[in-house]
This record gives sequence, C-alpha cells and structure tokens, in this order.
Amino acid sequence: MAVKTLTIDGKAISAREEQTILQAARENGISIPTLCQLNGTSDIGACRLCLVEVAGIPKLLPACVTRVGEGMEVSTDSERIREYRKMIVELLFAERNHVCAACVENGHCELQDLAISVGMDHSRYDYMNPKCAVDITHKRYGIDHNRCVLCGRCVRVCDEIEGAHTWDFQGRGANTRTISDMFVPWGQAASCTSCGKCVQACPTGAIFRRGSTVAEMQKDRTRLDFIVTAREKKQWIA
Amino acid sequence: MSSTVAAPSKTAPAGGAKGQPSGDNRYKMLEATMKRHQYAADSLIEVLHTAQELFGFLEVDLLLHIAHSLRVPPSRVYGVATFYHFFSLKPKGDHTVVICMGTACYVKGAAQVVSAIEALGGIKAGETTPDGKVSLMTARCIGACGIAPAVVLDGNITGKQTPAAVVDHVKGWLGNGS
Amino acid sequence: MDLNDLLEIAEKENASAKPIRLRCCTAAGCLSQQGDAVKNALQQAVADADMSDRVEVIGVGCMGLCSAGPLVKVDPDGALFEQVQPQQCASIIASLNGGGPAEASVGSDTIPFFSKQHPIVLENSGRINPERIESYIAAGGYQALYHSLREMAPTDVVEEISKSGLRGRGGAGFPTGLKWATVAKMTAERKYIVCNADEGDPGAFMDRSVLESDPHRVLEGMAIAAYAVGATQGFVYVRGEYPLAIARLKTAIQQARRMGLLGTQIFESPFDFRVDLRIGAGAFVCGEETALLRSIEGQRGTPRPRPPFPAQSGLWGYPTLINNVETFANIAPIVTKGSEWFAGIGTEKSKGTKVFALAGKITNTGLIEVPMGTPLRTIVEEMGGGVPNGKVKAVQTGGPSGGCIPAAHLDTPVDYESLAKLGSIMGSGGMIVMDQSDNMVGVAKFFMEFCMDESCGKCVPCRAGTAQIHKILTKVTDGLATSADLDTLRSLCEMVKSASLCGLGQSAPNPVLSTLRYYPDEYQACIDGGATAEASA
Repeated sequence: MAVKTLTIDGKAISAREEQTILQAARENGISIPTLCQLNGTSDIGACRLCLVEVAGIPKLLPACVTRVGEGMEVSTDSERIREYRKMIVELLFAERNHVCAACVENGHCELQDLAISVGMDHSRYDYMNPKCAVDITHKRYGIDHNRCVLCGRCVRVCDEIEGAHTWDFQGRGANTRTISDMFVPWGQAASCTSCGKCVQACPTGAIFRRGSTVAEMQKDRTRLDFIVTAREKKQWIA
Repeated sequence: MSSTVAAPSKTAPAGGAKGQPSGDNRYKMLEATMKRHQYAADSLIEVLHTAQELFGFLEVDLLLHIAHSLRVPPSRVYGVATFYHFFSLKPKGDHTVVICMGTACYVKGAAQVVSAIEALGGIKAGETTPDGKVSLMTARCIGACGIAPAVVLDGNITGKQTPAAVVDHVKGWLGNGS
Repeated sequence: MDLNDLLEIAEKENASAKPIRLRCCTAAGCLSQQGDAVKNALQQAVADADMSDRVEVIGVGCMGLCSAGPLVKVDPDGALFEQVQPQQCASIIASLNGGGPAEASVGSDTIPFFSKQHPIVLENSGRINPERIESYIAAGGYQALYHSLREMAPTDVVEEISKSGLRGRGGAGFPTGLKWATVAKMTAERKYIVCNADEGDPGAFMDRSVLESDPHRVLEGMAIAAYAVGATQGFVYVRGEYPLAIARLKTAIQQARRMGLLGTQIFESPFDFRVDLRIGAGAFVCGEETALLRSIEGQRGTPRPRPPFPAQSGLWGYPTLINNVETFANIAPIVTKGSEWFAGIGTEKSKGTKVFALAGKITNTGLIEVPMGTPLRTIVEEMGGGVPNGKVKAVQTGGPSGGCIPAAHLDTPVDYESLAKLGSIMGSGGMIVMDQSDNMVGVAKFFMEFCMDESCGKCVPCRAGTAQIHKILTKVTDGLATSADLDTLRSLCEMVKSASLCGLGQSAPNPVLSTLRYYPDEYQACIDGGATAEASA
C-alpha cells in the first residue's frame, strides 16, 4: 500500500494513494463542504462545493474525485473558493422554492447548514420561482420538488445500494426533475421497495417521512452507513 | 437522395402505441431492431430512434415495452427519452415547420419568422395547433448556415426565407389540411 | 484486396470518365436550393442532345460557395455556373456543343474566395462522387491505409502524426499525436476509436460538409488511427440533424466493408476494424467527450469529471481515442505526404490548415480552408467579400463557447493562441460575421439562452448559473438593469467559468465576457437609456 504525503491548508498529512483529497482531509479533521457526495455511493463531482485549489494547477479540482498526489499542496479555504461556494449555495436557494421556516427539515437540513457555514444571509440572485409539485402518493413517504437540489443522492442510493433504480432524472438543465419509474406518482412506482434509503439519503426536506411536521424530519445517515459497511466489509456494526 | 431533416412519420393512428404487440406490424419491426442489437441495454437510444420513426412519437406504453425488452429500469428509459430533444412524447401535427435558430439564421432574422408563425397559428414554438394540423418547432442549427435563414417544411430544407413566405406556406396547410 | 487491386479500380474509374464532366453540388446547401432538380435537368438535357457518349453529369460534394448555389462546374474547361435553375440546363448543354453562351450566370473560380484557399481536408470535396467508393479510390483513396498497414509499424504512424504537429480540430486544440500515443500505450483487451461528428456549434457546418462530400476520407483516417493505437472497433457519433451525412456514411461503410477495406484482415494484414454509426438525438452537450461516450452507451448525455480521461478509461471502461471529423480527415494526407510537408503549412504552434464556415452578414457564405495563421481580414474581407452594404462590426468564432472579435482586431492571424488571447477560441470553425445593425448584448443573450437550454443539469454552476446569467441579460435588454446587476453578471460569469464540471459550462460565459470587454458601451446604453437591445435583421 503506497502512501503519499501532501499538505492540506498547510497541514502536512499522509494518505493512501487510492484516497481522494476529500477522504484524506476528513481523516485529518479538515472539513470540506459537500452536497452530492454520499458515502457508499459513487462520486459524481456535480455540486462543485468541494472544489479546492492545488498549487501548480490553474483549474479548481473537485476534492471528492481527485486522488491525492505526492507533494500536493491543497488549499480548501482561499478567498476565491469561499466566494464561489457562497455563490453556489445562493444559486441553489434561488433555483427552487426553499422556505426553511415552513420545512420539515428545518434545523437538520444540509442545505441550511451549508448556508450558515458559508455565511449566506440572503441570495443576491433573483428567485426563479419554478412550478414544482409535491407528491404524497406513497403511503409512507413524500417528495416535495420545491426543496430538491438535484444532488442525485436518492437516485444513486436506490440504484447502487437498494438495487431498485426507482429514481432517475427526466428532462435536462433547470428543467431536470427527479422521477420515479415512468414518471408515475411515487405511490404507483412498482419498482419501489419502500425501503426508505432515499429518505435518509436526501440532504434537504425534499424527500421526507409522511406525518412529519415543521422541523420534525431528522435524517438518520447512520442507517445507510450500517448497510454500506455490511455490504462492503461484511461487518454488521450496530 | 433528398435533403430531408428527419421528417417525422405521421402520428400513430387511433389507439396509438397501445395496440397489442403481437397484432401490430410496427412492433415486429421494433422487435427486429432490438434483436439486431441483441437487446443490449446500451442500444436504448438507437431503439428509441427506431420507435419514433415507426410510431411518430414515444407513448408511455411504448417506452415501458422497450424498458422491459431491454431490461432497463423504466425511470432510466424515461430519463433518456426526455434528455434528448429529438424524442417527442407527444404526437406531432400533420405538418411540421422547423425554424433553424442557429447563429447565422438568428442574425439574419429567424426570430421574426418564428414570431410570424406563432402569431399565425396561435401557438408557441414546440406546440401543435389545436386542430392538429401544424407543429412549430425550432432547431439548434441544421448546418445550412450558408443559406440562412433556413426553414424545414415537412422535412424539406428551404433557404433564404422570409416571414411572409413561410406564413404563406403554412397558411396553405392550415387552410385545407393536406 | 491489395495495392494492385486498388490501383486497378482507380485506373478503371479514370478510364471510364467521359471527356466532358458536369459536376453538380449535391451537398445539403445546394440540395435545399433545388440542386437535385438541376442535376436531373442536366441529365435530361444531355440525353435530349444525344451527347451521352461524351458528356456525363455527376453528383459531387460541397464546392464551398453556398451563397451562389446551386453550383455546376464543367470539366475540363473549368466554367463555373452559379445559381443554376433547372430551366437553364438545356442552354448549358447546348453551349458545350458550340451552341452559343449558356443562359446562366457564370462565376469564376479565380476570385479570392477560391484562389486563397489551401485545400487538404476539402481537396476531394466538390470533385469526387461521395456515394461511390471507386471515385474516392481514383483520387488516391485508401492508399494511405495500405501504406500504414503494410509498410509502417503502429508506433511509426503515431510518430508521424506527432511530428506533423496536428492538433485536434474540435476546438480545444489538443495535440493529436500525444492523444494517440496515450491510447497506444494503454494495455487493454480492447480499445475503441470514436469519431466525434456531433457538430453542435450553431453556425458551424464543416463536419457536415466533409461527411457529405468525402465520407471515405474520415473512415480511412479512423482505420489508420485504429491500427496505430491498437483498436478494432470504431463508432461515428453523428448528429441526428444531418440526415444526408448519415445516409452517405452508411453507404460508405457498406461499400468499404464489401471491398474489404473495413472488416477483417484488411489488405491481407492481421488488422481488423469495424465501424458502426451512432446517431445523436439532439443534445449539444454530447459534443463533450465524456457526455458523448455516455450517449453511445445509451444513457443520458451527462459529462463526468476527468481524469480518468477517455484515453485511459472510455467506452465501457476501455481506452478510447476520440477525435473530431476534421482531425480524422487530415490523417490520410499526412501519412501519404509526410509529417514534414504538413508541418510546413501554418504557424509555429498551429500546423496545417483549418476549415471555416463563413456565415452571417457576409457576401460569400460557405466553406473555406486556409492555412493556420491567415489573417482574419483576409478571410472576412477578401475571401468573404465583406459585409454587403455595410461594415464588419465583429466576427464571432467558436460558437457558444467562443467570443466576439471586434473589427479593430481583424488583422489577427487565425490560430489557437491568437484567438484565445482575444478572449475567443478557434472552436470547431464557425465564423459568423456581424454588422452595425447587430446589438452585442442581444448576441450575448442569444448564446446564453442556447447554453441554458443545452445545459445537462448535472452541475450546479452551469445549471443554475446559466439560468441566472440569462435572467440578468434579459433585465439588461429590457432596460431594467442597474450597474450593480452588471457587477453581479461579471462575478457570476467568472464563477461559472471556473467552477463548472465540463467544457460547456466552463466556456458558456465567454460570449458575455467578450462582449462586456469589447462593447461595454452597449451594456451601459441599455442601463442608461432603458433601450431594448435585440439584434435585428
């Protein structure tokens, strides 16, 4: 097992060569914000929140898919990166209809946490106010597209961990929508096993357990970690 | 060899794609295409092209049939069919007018042609007149920039068009419908 | 099939040519102006005049000057007839028989539009019949493939391409030889060749024309590449919007297969190569290589981060070489005439020629091929004949990924580096000329609308950023924007450029940034005067 030494924000660390910058940073207590990344599912580099600077490379690199390299000098917190992150979070808020005060996830939401961590108090961009549906046809769960950030965690967890591939995306660009089966209401999606993994995977209040009211929906990511560990390592750690 | 741009075949007759797979010749032809690709999941786009040529548009039942045949999740088939603008999930009109909105056509006034047809048919680009006679579409660039602005009328590329000339042509379609 | 068979076919084809040949353009540009009817009328006129023994009418590919179509060229005397109407055809045939001058407008092929060209990629375009493989073979076709397979080692071929200095013609200008060498070095049980014919830039039609006019040239280039890197399967990913190019490619692949120029044991060597077509379905982003690969695999055309590059992990995870149509069309001449010959054309860093599609407010629209480094002014004013009744305001290159070059910079030599310095890019070769009536804010908005609609939606900066940029530009053109909005616009453009996942998002702000740079007054005028700024015809 080859080991690489590198610095992240000036801190010298060592990492296994197959590790990504994100994994190496987390192991060393350095936090890099992420949204589309979900342990146990494939990394897609889509949200662009984990972009970092690497000395000598003019382009910004997504930490979630960039492997560590010998002598790398990584910077995760430059002024430019902080500003871009803030802009990305503001764009996400302006893109759909996010109203924290009325959201089941209020107080436990990853998007809300991101907004706080980047110091966003309002979005400088005009709200797009798209028409989005709420689907509560499933007997246990619901999906509110107003709060969807198109991170694709539900799609990947359903495909890669549950194996049902109920979720996918339809359309493209700003018109992309998360769909179940042949764009049928969730409750009619024959492939859905009602396992609830997508509920735990969703970073916002978009996918929720029915019956939760404002601020009551708290996702339990450890349930997913339990399954992923069991699948990958054959260890059942409760 | 004629200069046609993927002229959509006429829309499916009554019953559309819902007909029983066994009784409909078009399903046999679709089956042959899927067989030629050995029902491989990665032939999905090729199969959708064939399906649209045969049926005119992609109805949900048809997409489900393809999903089952290629053993692909339904949500992925729907996702692919809606990602690519060539595929239409709704029936098209008897006639189609496609106005190229490439850069060359744009600087030569293609937008005015679009507005003229929108006003004439009372529809927006991407829509079909309520009587089902004419569909108005815009294209990204059909590569006929040398003769901009270009308009494709029922599959035939015509160049150096004016709003008045296209309006006249489409009026003919709206008038007698044939 | 060996070299003698090839030469025999060529000899037979040349011997069967009749003394007088009328070449009719049957590429999409002329066909849409009744080129087919003209060809039929000429054939009828030849039969009526009982001249079939010494006159033949042949359909050929694009002759370049689309604005004067349909074009008919007479061999061997060289007369060029422009805007030919079917009813003029009898008099054209009569004129060949000494029946007085033809009643058709006669053009000249000595005008700068033609005389300043240096055809390599287009050398067969407008000369050979693209629907007959014999016609290509008679022009020397497939000899480069023979030469490669029988007289060169794969590494020699890679070396030759590297030394030629050829760079990718799809837009980014990556050294072709380096890409080939990377794929060649990979050890894998199979490798793929992909020809990117998903020409999506609005205003660009070079690849369409090459495929319609000389499809075998592209197939031969792909086969040589496959031999050089060790691939056995190729795909041509071609736009669904190009039905004629698709039809001619299908014909060409069948013909080559039948003659044993594609398939197994080509030229009695151990080399096998198969080519299949994949038809695009209307998504600009599929011009991006990782999106294109996903599309060939039957998925939504969403790009993925690189590395790994397709050269390492491409189609179904195997090493894949992706080059554009024009790049492949350069391969056979380099193998035949040598890397030194090719490297002698163009500039120090940009070798060879480039095909450009001239369109917009310009007298001569069509296709030209010029050495790299030719000044923009030569192309636009001399060859293109300038703006009819007006002055050039700007030249847009690189489509939605490029920028607007103002008239003040017309003396810039056209090469990768010089255009980049001006905030534009070479791109695939579209050149749209704009005149004083075109409003640059409107042009920027036009391109941003394009990018917004074509964004795949995967990464946030491109999906949400292009929509916001478009919204701000709409405010500007509606006269509702403030100076603060312009600051927001600028910062957003910089972020989308730096943070987007793929080339589409990374270059989407270019048209806005370049017009902000060269035409700040037009933005300011919208803010001050509340003027509506739509480009007008």
